[in-house]
Amino acid sequence: MIAFLLRRIGLLIPTFIGVTIASFGFIRLLPGDPVLLMAGERGLTPERHEALLKQFGFDRPLWEQFLDYFFAIFQGDLGQSLVTKEPVFSEFLARFPATIELSLCAIIFAVALGIPAGMFAAVKRGSTYDHSIMGTALVGYSMPIFWWGLLLIIFFSGILKWTPVSGRISLMFFFPPVTGFMLIDSLLSGQKGAFTSAVSHLILPTVVLGTIPLAVIARQTRSAMLEVLSEDYVRTAKAKGLAPVRVIGVHALRNALIPVITTIGLQVGVLLAGAILTETIFSWPGIGKWMVDSIFRRDYPSVQGGLLLIAAIVMIVNLIVDLMYGLINPRIRHTGG
Amino acid sequence: MTDETLSSTDQADTRPGGTKAVLAEFWHYFSENRGAVIGMWFFIAVILVAVLADVIAPHGPIEQYRDALLVPPVWQEGGDWRFILGTDAVGRDMASRLIYGSRFSLFVGLIVVALSLLVGVVVGLVSGFVGGAFDTIVMRIMDIILAFPSLLLALALVAILGPSLTNAMIAIAVVQQPHYVRLTRAAVMGERGKDYVTAARIAGVGPIRAMFFTILPNCMAPLIVQAALSFSSAILDAAALGFLGMGAQPPTPEWGTMLAEAREFILRAWWVVTFPGLAILLTVLAINLMGDGLRDALDPKLKRS
Repeated sequence: MIAFLLRRIGLLIPTFIGVTIASFGFIRLLPGDPVLLMAGERGLTPERHEALLKQFGFDRPLWEQFLDYFFAIFQGDLGQSLVTKEPVFSEFLARFPATIELSLCAIIFAVALGIPAGMFAAVKRGSTYDHSIMGTALVGYSMPIFWWGLLLIIFFSGILKWTPVSGRISLMFFFPPVTGFMLIDSLLSGQKGAFTSAVSHLILPTVVLGTIPLAVIARQTRSAMLEVLSEDYVRTAKAKGLAPVRVIGVHALRNALIPVITTIGLQVGVLLAGAILTETIFSWPGIGKWMVDSIFRRDYPSVQGGLLLIAAIVMIVNLIVDLMYGLINPRIRHTGG
Repeated sequence: MTDETLSSTDQADTRPGGTKAVLAEFWHYFSENRGAVIGMWFFIAVILVAVLADVIAPHGPIEQYRDALLVPPVWQEGGDWRFILGTDAVGRDMASRLIYGSRFSLFVGLIVVALSLLVGVVVGLVSGFVGGAFDTIVMRIMDIILAFPSLLLALALVAILGPSLTNAMIAIAVVQQPHYVRLTRAAVMGERGKDYVTAARIAGVGPIRAMFFTILPNCMAPLIVQAALSFSSAILDAAALGFLGMGAQPPTPEWGTMLAEAREFILRAWWVVTFPGLAILLTVLAINLMGDGLRDALDPKLKRS
């Protein structure tokens, strides 16, 4: 297992270095002088321009600049936001819990509905249930989620007036963030109605962000389940007279879940991309909205730092998924796949 | 399908290179999937709408009727027969804009698939065929691209290139091309050691010819399925970029851009929001249905599952 772990981490190192090169290159690929870009609309005297070039190190050779950038990353230094003048890393950390909270809810929603739906479709293969579940899943998979979010707002916020349109909690409530997770903080605050408010703000974004993962998980569960149901050990279990619920729920499901877990892990990239759209629609103050805002405000150090951190997160999650896959399926560990 | 046609397909299959037979077999499996056939007909209809936009659209896509702002669809009170699906906030006919919008979506899908397929297949072929250090470097670069969520990378690329439909297409093609590289490379590595390739090489076939004419035709199935998948996700990504203001710019009647302009009216005029999204959903759904059918028909491993 240790060898497997080391091999996997070893594979990540060149990719990580490549990702840093990509994010380092980002600002330098932008058309125009980087200092002028960062200065934005304000004019600069030639002396000030010169001084800033020196300050940021743009006058030195590219590889020296890169090494500086690379080692600064490991000290948590990703530069400064041009808009707030705060360190990019702390800006990111301040918004990260909001995205985690939303993504976790979305993936729980997707798993809780997707796995039973996929199992049911597989067991009832070829039936009307199967066709309608898979048809719905394909619609979900094809969904432009930014439109889906707007539709849900029209219906649930506009017509039924059940849920709020945007934000994480009603403006009536105010308490300092403890964990950054609104569901927990609202409970900790002890204010009456705060938790309910947080939940009602979370429902629509969760559904919107969870739709595509839900569809993918349902489809994957169905096909994994179908494969497993035709295996010998399932037939044996049936033949020796075990209850169908036990055969499907224990013998088949446990083996079918192996590819499904990988699929769930691979949804992290989908979730982070979806968060960009979902957070924009619902004014959810997470990293997705922050990235879009930063791009529009031309806050390039923030964009650069965000790109790097998000890529690092995707890589780490993929690593964890790989390791889990190795844990549940020992065949992978030994063949080096 | 009757037995007669089945056996005739089987017979034809024994002839080498029987294109007709291959197509017949393909159609046999494809048409078994009713959803795929429906998707195909819808997709053909969208293509016709795009091609004939000038003929069928009742109005110009950017023509403004100042006397008819936010007119609801005809079946609703206050509707106007001049504007079947209503008008938007500056009095442009929704139906005409949607009809012209199909051109952009199909164009985006076509260009993105063509670009990423072409580059991806060539890079993947060479990488799988040559191997060694070149292969390692190429695969690491693909890993790097895949480490970024696709929409985020496309956004960042558009920020560098400047927001426009062309740049959005380039960005999406860059983001999608690693999938083709990986698929082609894996297929080539599977085929490379087979006898027919060795035989061709011994018979004096050069490396370029071996790559493109001997090996590539045998790796087509997964590539075609991937092309269908990436056609639909290109349309979705381009619409998302348009929605975020980073794709086609107003007044272009691109569906995502139309949604972005309609956002402020969501609680007042449902039609300006509903129709463009529905157009995206139905087009993408039709292509995905076709993609499922293609996979069933082309991928022998999944054929009967």
